[in-house]
Amino acid sequence: MSEKIYGQSRMDGVTLLLYLILVFCGFLAIYSSSHGSSNFSFDFSTQYGKQLVWIAVSITLGAVLFLIDVRFFEVFSYAVFGFWIILLILVIFLGKDVNGARSWFAIGSFRLQPAEFAKFGVALALARYVSDIDTDMKSRRYQLITAGIILLPIALIVLQGDAGSGLVFFSFIMVLYREGLSGTVLLIGIVAVALSVLTFAFGFLALVAALIIVGGIITAFIYTNTKWLKYLWLIVLVCIGFTKSVDFGFTHVLQEHQQKRILVMLGLLEDPQGLGYNVNQSKIAIGSGGFWGKGFLQGTQTKGDFVPEQHTDFIFTSIGEEFGWVGSTVVIIVFVLLFLRISMLAERQRSKFSRVYAYCVLSVLFFHFLINIAMTINLAPVIGIPLPFFSYGGSSLISFTVLLFLLLRLDANRENELDSYY
Amino acid sequence: MTHNQNRSTIIRAAIVFLALILIGKLFYLQVISDKYAEKAARLSIRAVIEFPDRGLITDRNGEIIVFNEDTHDLVVHFPFNRKNFPIEDFCRLVNMTEAEVEEKIKIANDSRFNQKGLFIKNISAQDFARIQEGLFKFPQFSIESRSDRKYKHNVAAHTLGYVAEISRYELERDKEEYYDIGENIGKSGLERYYESLLRGQKGKQFFLKDNTGKLKERYKEGSNDVKGAVGKELKISLDVLLQEYGEKLIAGKTGSVVAIEPSTGEILAMVTSPGYKPDMFAIKNLGKNYTALATDKDKPLINRATTSTYPPGSTFKVIMSLIGLQEGVINTNTRYSCNGGFHIGGLTVRCHAHAPMPNVTYAITTSCNAFYCNTYREILHQDRFENIEEGYNNWKGYLNRMGLGMQLGTDISGEKPGNVPNADYFHKIHGHNKWNYVRIISMSIGQGELLLTPMQMANLAAMVANRGYFYTPHFIRGQQIPEAFTSKHEVGVENRHFTTVVEGMRNVMLNGTGAYVQIPGIDICGKTGTVQNPHGENHSIFIAFAPKDNPKIAIATVVENAGYGSTWAAPICTLMIEKYINRDTVSQRPELEKKMMETAIPK
Repeated sequence: MSEKIYGQSRMDGVTLLLYLILVFCGFLAIYSSSHGSSNFSFDFSTQYGKQLVWIAVSITLGAVLFLIDVRFFEVFSYAVFGFWIILLILVIFLGKDVNGARSWFAIGSFRLQPAEFAKFGVALALARYVSDIDTDMKSRRYQLITAGIILLPIALIVLQGDAGSGLVFFSFIMVLYREGLSGTVLLIGIVAVALSVLTFAFGFLALVAALIIVGGIITAFIYTNTKWLKYLWLIVLVCIGFTKSVDFGFTHVLQEHQQKRILVMLGLLEDPQGLGYNVNQSKIAIGSGGFWGKGFLQGTQTKGDFVPEQHTDFIFTSIGEEFGWVGSTVVIIVFVLLFLRISMLAERQRSKFSRVYAYCVLSVLFFHFLINIAMTINLAPVIGIPLPFFSYGGSSLISFTVLLFLLLRLDANRENELDSYY
Repeated sequence: MTHNQNRSTIIRAAIVFLALILIGKLFYLQVISDKYAEKAARLSIRAVIEFPDRGLITDRNGEIIVFNEDTHDLVVHFPFNRKNFPIEDFCRLVNMTEAEVEEKIKIANDSRFNQKGLFIKNISAQDFARIQEGLFKFPQFSIESRSDRKYKHNVAAHTLGYVAEISRYELERDKEEYYDIGENIGKSGLERYYESLLRGQKGKQFFLKDNTGKLKERYKEGSNDVKGAVGKELKISLDVLLQEYGEKLIAGKTGSVVAIEPSTGEILAMVTSPGYKPDMFAIKNLGKNYTALATDKDKPLINRATTSTYPPGSTFKVIMSLIGLQEGVINTNTRYSCNGGFHIGGLTVRCHAHAPMPNVTYAITTSCNAFYCNTYREILHQDRFENIEEGYNNWKGYLNRMGLGMQLGTDISGEKPGNVPNADYFHKIHGHNKWNYVRIISMSIGQGELLLTPMQMANLAAMVANRGYFYTPHFIRGQQIPEAFTSKHEVGVENRHFTTVVEGMRNVMLNGTGAYVQIPGIDICGKTGTVQNPHGENHSIFIAFAPKDNPKIAIATVVENAGYGSTWAAPICTLMIEKYINRDTVSQRPELEKKMMETAIPK
């Protein structure tokens, strides 16, 4: 191995190709949703015109990454993290108020959303910390610091009033799971989410009754084993306690519009003119696309601006309407291929830093993809997060591109990385 | 490390699994459920309607009777988006308070049809200009311009019928799904019968609209659009001058006049009284006139010419003569004695004083009752019949072939069949075949159970004028006339028998009951009838045609409660004939004309 000539690995063409396909599809969707006519024309002052500029800027920045020494990011990862944390704090005081959230810096017509870039900082910091050879993964200190890296930006973003963007950072749990986080923790998390949803749906008392009945049935099967019985009823008791606290939190801590939003999302409350308006319009647009779609620039709902935010968070509606189920499925498949490819790239890294970073990229992209599309078809609550490479806006496109291209940079250098660590 | 590498497989499986859930839900929304496509179309597509001019109605001489003027409705389109609706500006535009606007939107929404509701019907001319100018700011509203009817000749209301806003009942039964809320449809008369011809074809342009209701580009580049076509001109057989004249003659009296061109079955005039002027039912006047007319005790909305039925009285003797001659039970030499009437057992059908022992021609001229009582006996009780039912049905067959006891099938609706009873009717009263001609003797002189509409009487006159056939009376003319109106109905009486009968009718005018109203130069053949009316004065009836050879007009007039046929119905008929044939502006009988026009006969 040592006699290899280093630095000859090439950029991963498959990932690049999938990236370019997605960006191209995204541009078509933005063109369609901001053009408003079925005749083709072009104008740089429009949203699709600006998006084209952002695409050029993103790809240029991606290329620039290849000029920077790969070691730079590892060395300065904490600094990058710190930089964005500072910006997250500053934006709370200096940000522009948009719909009650202060998450944007506005300098003239230029707007910047630090939360978009903070993902990049967290990814670097997490990769650096988890891969540090001095880190003892079993130690309490390691666990607290890891949690801190993730929770600090979440706290700051929630303070900005943009809870949706904060949720994204929970996706890093996927990285920790890959790196050895106990499956039990994940399971507890899933059970907690399930119990919460069931509480909203059926109410506290019904859920208590159900838990006791389930406990009773299981007791009937294992009544000989007193030790298990003890655990069983301890779990039931904990679940009841948790349910009670969720119920309390829902009715006493959350405000009425927040309660409504959750109920609308769960389908427990019809509200097509109010909170459910966006989702209702989104479902109509997507649902009316049919099997083959209405055709490019032929979407009646897209052109009529019926779906609010349709060029940003609800960009998927124009895909669904104009390209139908076939087009939607193709887009989803391309995304899935990209995710599987990133996972493959991750596993072929020899440096732990690179691997952890790769999983960070995967978790961020996948979470955005899943929640964004699920939101447009009423499978997830409406939280304002963009669809990677599709949604209009420079901040998100640049941040996703830089995130992905740094992975490609690391991957291209993986043979050298091997040498530097062993 | 191997343990954690397995986790990459779990992560990949989870990614694929969750993506499949998305694809599955999309499949449900896009492929399985079709309600979203419908909702999308309702939200984003609006049809802009171009209302064609309704067809003109012109008379047999090309004279325009009915034409159009525009009316304008303000309509509101649903679903109504309040988000971008500047209600204060709108209130100013339409001169209403916010509450009134909200109320009107609510009413329009409750009664909406195909996403459209009526906001203001019939905007006045001065409001129209202002509203149209300011309306561009309110894309969820639009003005629809339709045609209202105007009348160059304000006559023939019942025949023409009227046009009005389509009712919800009609909308829901519109199988072609042609109509929309607020649109107009022919409600009666010819406007209704020839609705599809007169209305033309609405032009439809489909536009995409945005979430504020503003119209954008054409939907699918106009490939779903419907090209409009103006309504076709309806040429009708009325002679509008004759119609006007008839309405003047009968004014103040109750009854009707129907004139038919025998050679075609075309109706030349159909007058009914009391009546109304058609412009009272123009869309802009309908609201203020309808209730008063509909509740008037004289029932001016009834078309008496086709829906009122009367015994034909002595005019029926013409028919009895024809049947008797055709059956061979009488001939030109048959004479019956009349000693002041017809006597059998305790029954007497009285007759007036006239020369004794009339033959058939003279029996018509002098209107001898006894002659027809005898003839009826001979017709019903021929040797070839097993029982009275056979004899009766044979007689009834002639009447049915002449269009009596059934709807003629003309091209305005609501026509009544009149009455020619079945044999069963008499079986029930008198027992099965336990009756004879004596029981039904009054029908022989056109009284009793026999009931005819004035149009049926006029058609009998046309049938006699044609010497044995008729065409279903109708109004349409010059276009593709339905086959029903061009097929000849033979009544089953030979041509030669008509010579005898027509001679009798001609003599009525020369030296019979019609002598008083004859016109020099026109050979009119007629027959009076004075129908006993248990409720009051006799009905005055007259049927006629002229000229005797190559008849141009057949006519029947009924004047209710007016007395003798010769006093009212006969003058009106002959004045009409004179007008139609001579086409003079001034009658040769100004005194008679003046008397008819100026005398009112209270019912």
